[in-house]
Amino acid sequence: MIPSDLHYTKEHEWVRVEGDVATVGITQHAADQLGDIVFVELPEPGKRLEQFATFGVVESVKAVSDLFAPVAGEVLEGNAGLATTPEVVNSDPYGAGWMLRVRLSDPAQVGQLLDPAAYEALTAEG
Amino acid sequence: MVYGPHTPDDRSRMLAALGIGSVDELFEVIPTSVRARPMHLPPGLTELDLMARLRTLAGHNRVDLASFLGAGVYRHHLPPVVDQILLRGEYYTAYTPYQPEISQGTLQTIYEYQSLLAELTGLDVVSASHYDGATATAEAALMTCRATRRERVLVSRGVHPQSRQTLETYFAGANLTFDEVPLIADGPAAGTTDLAALGRLLADPERPIGGVIAAQPNLLGLLEPMAEIGRLAHAAGALFVAVVEPVSLAVLAPPSAYEADIAAGEGQPLGIPPQYGGPYLGILACRDSLIRQIPGRLIGMTSDADGRRAYVMTMRAREQDIRREKAASNICTNQALCALAAAVYVAALGPGGLRDVAATGAARAAELAAALDDAGAPRLHTGPYLNEFAIRVPDAVAVHRRLLHRGILAGIPLAELEPGDASLAEGLLVCATESTTAEEIELFAWALRDELGSRPGVPAGSIGEGSR
Amino acid sequence: MSVTGPKLQPTLFELSGPGRAAGRRIPAPPADALDRLPSDSRRAVPAALPEVDEQSLVRHYVNLSQLNWGVDTGFYPLGSCTMKYNPKVNEWAARLPGFAGLHPLAPDETAQGTLELLWELERDLAEISGMDAVTLQPAAGAQGELTGILLVRAYHRARGDLERTEVLIPDSAHGTNPATASMAGFRTVNIASAPDGGVDLEAFRAALGPRTAAIMITNPSTLGLFERHIVELLEMVHAAGALAYMDGANLNAILGRFRPGEAGFDVMHFNVHKTFATPHGGGGPGAGPVGVLAPLIPFLPAPRVLREPDGTFRLERPGERPASIGRMRGHVGNVGILVRAWAYIRAHGADGLREVSDDAVLAANYLRGRLEADGAWEIPFAGPCAHEFIASGTALKRATGVRTLDVAKRLIDKGYHPPTIYFPHTVDEAMLIEPTETERLETLDAFADALLEIAREAHETPELVTSAPHSAPVRRLDEATAARQPNLRWRAATPAERSSAG
Repeated sequence: MIPSDLHYTKEHEWVRVEGDVATVGITQHAADQLGDIVFVELPEPGKRLEQFATFGVVESVKAVSDLFAPVAGEVLEGNAGLATTPEVVNSDPYGAGWMLRVRLSDPAQVGQLLDPAAYEALTAEG
Repeated sequence: MVYGPHTPDDRSRMLAALGIGSVDELFEVIPTSVRARPMHLPPGLTELDLMARLRTLAGHNRVDLASFLGAGVYRHHLPPVVDQILLRGEYYTAYTPYQPEISQGTLQTIYEYQSLLAELTGLDVVSASHYDGATATAEAALMTCRATRRERVLVSRGVHPQSRQTLETYFAGANLTFDEVPLIADGPAAGTTDLAALGRLLADPERPIGGVIAAQPNLLGLLEPMAEIGRLAHAAGALFVAVVEPVSLAVLAPPSAYEADIAAGEGQPLGIPPQYGGPYLGILACRDSLIRQIPGRLIGMTSDADGRRAYVMTMRAREQDIRREKAASNICTNQALCALAAAVYVAALGPGGLRDVAATGAARAAELAAALDDAGAPRLHTGPYLNEFAIRVPDAVAVHRRLLHRGILAGIPLAELEPGDASLAEGLLVCATESTTAEEIELFAWALRDELGSRPGVPAGSIGEGSR
Repeated sequence: MSVTGPKLQPTLFELSGPGRAAGRRIPAPPADALDRLPSDSRRAVPAALPEVDEQSLVRHYVNLSQLNWGVDTGFYPLGSCTMKYNPKVNEWAARLPGFAGLHPLAPDETAQGTLELLWELERDLAEISGMDAVTLQPAAGAQGELTGILLVRAYHRARGDLERTEVLIPDSAHGTNPATASMAGFRTVNIASAPDGGVDLEAFRAALGPRTAAIMITNPSTLGLFERHIVELLEMVHAAGALAYMDGANLNAILGRFRPGEAGFDVMHFNVHKTFATPHGGGGPGAGPVGVLAPLIPFLPAPRVLREPDGTFRLERPGERPASIGRMRGHVGNVGILVRAWAYIRAHGADGLREVSDDAVLAANYLRGRLEADGAWEIPFAGPCAHEFIASGTALKRATGVRTLDVAKRLIDKGYHPPTIYFPHTVDEAMLIEPTETERLETLDAFADALLEIAREAHETPELVTSAPHSAPVRRLDEATAARQPNLRWRAATPAERSSAG
């Protein structure tokens, strides 16, 4: 259920690191908790993110949640497809439902994130 | 109980079920030191006496005078069908349609309201209603700052002063600022927004402007060069807010035609009685691209589980009950029943009828202008107007008072509406609608001529003597 | 999409036909009425408004009304909204031509009746609340909150105290409270409630300080509980130099029992559409008067209603009171609503109003007791409650998978408007039930029976509950598509679209 090649935050974001580029999204657990996602607000390319600071907002039919940056860096790209099909965050959160690509400013920060086992334990608590 | 069903026996049964002897026990949780002392209010009235007192109070208002009052609130013919619909308890005793399955009446009627106003404004997104024109204007100004991430707007002094004052209050809370754009003092464009001043204010690189707000028709009843104002605003990267009067939109170019990004306005003329200030209807509309910025409820069409067409409150996560301190506005209760009134009114008149209301008002206003000019009170400005205009009357405030004692509400002294503006000090703002009669116009002109000394004087009596 | 259910209506636009609205309501204008306007200021294309004859129009709205649920239709226990009976005499009163026809810029001497009524209503509300003065201007409860918090801001600024940038708000508060604080330029500090549902005094003590401008407290709380520690809390707030705001949404529980101003609250708002039975209108209009203690009077919004020494009434003139926070809206307020509130208060008097709260609280406790005794629903907070109470469906959901949302929808089938659900956010699977004082004992019993029956159904035939409602005009809606691809206005199909649709 929880992809083994990703890193996670306590706020239910995931991050995939390839070289100095990180891809960020929210987990299936988060998407399920929110319900039908209807809108995702993302920062413009070029914006600098601080680790664990909010970078955007995700809205479902009856809830809203802040998005927290798992890592610091510069936004390279937001997932433009989410503007018209936000539902892919529900259906494919680790694939087509990705949100941001970020150029890492400090790759060592990834070490501060949860590994898959730790994240699974977190969600198991309820 | 005045309106409740509980008999002493009912209360005893409930107390017995709770195992207590007195309802006082349910209030013992209130600390003794803060329990209320007895309230001192007049004793409760029977329905008979209540109605008598209300009739007496209502009778102390004078609504029988020949009235030329406008300035955003207009006396129109109200088709009785509007109030008959409003009196249906299924509409007026419902609340916010949180449960769409049993709220389709409210939801569809508000969707239709949004659609009607979208037709009139030419803008695709219309909120389900705001409190009134002043608060809708303030919310529109806030929208421009959010959308542009700028902290300053420009407001024409042709926007109603109460709307500007409301905007000032809202802006103080939001730590935003605004400047007023003056009106031209004389010449052929007198009374309209000073475009040169607007251009200068927009050109200040230290003070980027988020929005420019102008009214059509403006406070003085004059038509503004909206397209030009919009061009100037957009060239400076600002959004353009048009403050509109909805009946006029049947005959005037809609905000979309002059590239307004947002329209705000007072919806009272659409089937809502004046009732000394409210409840009215705040109209707020915007282009599709600003949909995320518009505060307040939105009703959308969708389908139910069986594929039937159905309606629901949508984009709810923008609102205060979900977004809390991050919501764009705190609005919750709105003016839904007034939006229903507006929808029934517009539908009852139809496109031709609404156009006739606007055009007949314009025709009556032209008759009024000619009659008052003939009586010695020419228009204060020369530019085009629809159904409202200012006249020049020496010692306007005193003449206004004397006319009141002859049973004529001779418009609004501009010295009271805009105390700071010397160019308006001799102005009376008057309007006509389809409800203004030829007799009222004749009476006003006759009395004014008399007051201005072109006829022998008639002694002034108490209000209304000798009138009507 | 089909429009096939009983009473479901096509839109006004679909009822339209050229020439159908040709009725003669007003004289036709002269053909040249608009010729004097410059052509570029005129509409080039007529607005595509519907043309519907009056009978079709009436049937449209009457049929649509029958898809609605109102207090006049049946029981409406929507917690925190006080859906009580709306007396019909009040509708008559607001429509009296002397009230309805009065222009808001009419000279004071022609508006004496309305001004007197407003002046009296201010004093009645002050007496009811123990406040020193009241403004009637705010258009709704949320605007009353904004008014109140702007008054707080003005008060501190007038004292040169510019450091107070925070407003403390319990997590159980209405969303309008934090949204209001933001609109007024303050930072919201959320304070978790204590396990018993009340304010957590220690959490407040820790958060209070020189940066605190105010606390916003709903009393009784949104959990339907009177705050037991209100005296200590108010002392603590004032000792910190902050002000105490009371959200008056739940005033219906405490008329004649607790007067916020007398107890030490500095400012509060009233929801007249709740406590004073003015109709909710399908979402509004309401009115949100604000009461204040004396230190805040100079800052009240303008214009106020004044009584002259000779007994006549007038409106304050622009600039007459420079310390005012200014104007919250156009004119003096939602006067048509305030007339109804005045009539409600005057019909009751002091004893009648106290009886309103006594019966509202008694009815809520009775209904709460019925549900608690049967045990199918968790009643998370110890009694007694105020005029409303929380029931939670957490155990039911765990046992059956049936959510509170499903229970709410099933209540529709049983002939009730559901309670408020999932609010406050601090209780899982919450139902906030407010029966009000105007419902018969038989109705309360039948509603309790219906809730218990639904609990049984959840165990025996859960799909019956999860697929509810079955008897409503429409079934559950596709809210996700509504939000993802918003359709907010009718668009007539183009001729090409019409022909392709056959």
